[in-house]
Amino acid sequence: MTLADDIILFRGLLGGLLIGTSALLLLLGTGRIAGISGIAGGLTRDAASGDRAWRAMFVLGLLAGAATYLLSTGSLEMRLVTEGPALYVAAAFVGIGTRLGQGCTSGHGVCGLGRRSPRSLVATITFIAVAIVTVFIIGGVAR
Amino acid sequence: MNALTAGFTGFLFGLGLAISNMLSPARVIGFLDLFGTWDPTLALVMGGAILVTIPGFAWAKSRKDKPWFAGEFSWPSQSEIDMPLILGAALFGVGWAIGGLCPGPAIAAMTSGSLEVIAFVAVMIASWWATDRVIAART
Repeated sequence: MTLADDIILFRGLLGGLLIGTSALLLLLGTGRIAGISGIAGGLTRDAASGDRAWRAMFVLGLLAGAATYLLSTGSLEMRLVTEGPALYVAAAFVGIGTRLGQGCTSGHGVCGLGRRSPRSLVATITFIAVAIVTVFIIGGVAR
Repeated sequence: MNALTAGFTGFLFGLGLAISNMLSPARVIGFLDLFGTWDPTLALVMGGAILVTIPGFAWAKSRKDKPWFAGEFSWPSQSEIDMPLILGAALFGVGWAIGGLCPGPAIAAMTSGSLEVIAFVAVMIASWWATDRVIAART
């Protein structure tokens, strides 16, 4: 394990702590669960403007956080493995799946595991296990 | 204050995703490649996050108090482990494995300017909308 690898892992832990802090502060402040598919997906439904405002602000904040990182460091690691039609099929699976299962990595993972919900634990184990099997079949980064 | 809190926490979330390199599908797929060249980064990200949320959410529940800027906590109401949950999580798992993007990182990664990622988000949002319609029509 090289120093560069150690820094990547440290950054992972640091980013994770920030994400957890974000979810906790959103809960304490607004009583809401920081599930991105739920928050952003709620914008596609008819809802009162009061319900839309905080959702829109969270999504704008999400973009601003990533943009601030990009502007302050000058680079952003973003390497696609799949492009074109396969990527859009993936997007449809992600969209349909997170709506049907009512949550994604943040809602079921970060928050659901946080509140020790059996439902979220089952969802998280399911999507990680299915994803690992899928990558085993179609290949990893060098597919 | 609700909207401001949401904006600030969204910012922290996006910053956390960028710092941890989770905006890169290659890292996510590397984590999922358990039987290949495994990349442990995502495990540390998830571990770091629940290191905060497990004690934090338990504390929030034990306070027996309202949220700072809202009348009540919006805890998820469903607790049953049913077919839509399993099927949805499985479909999501397949999509996550193909693209290496889940909703949060996909939205935040649009800042890279990649048209592919922007198209991914557009298809994902359209799929949310369509799935909502189908679910509403069936119930």
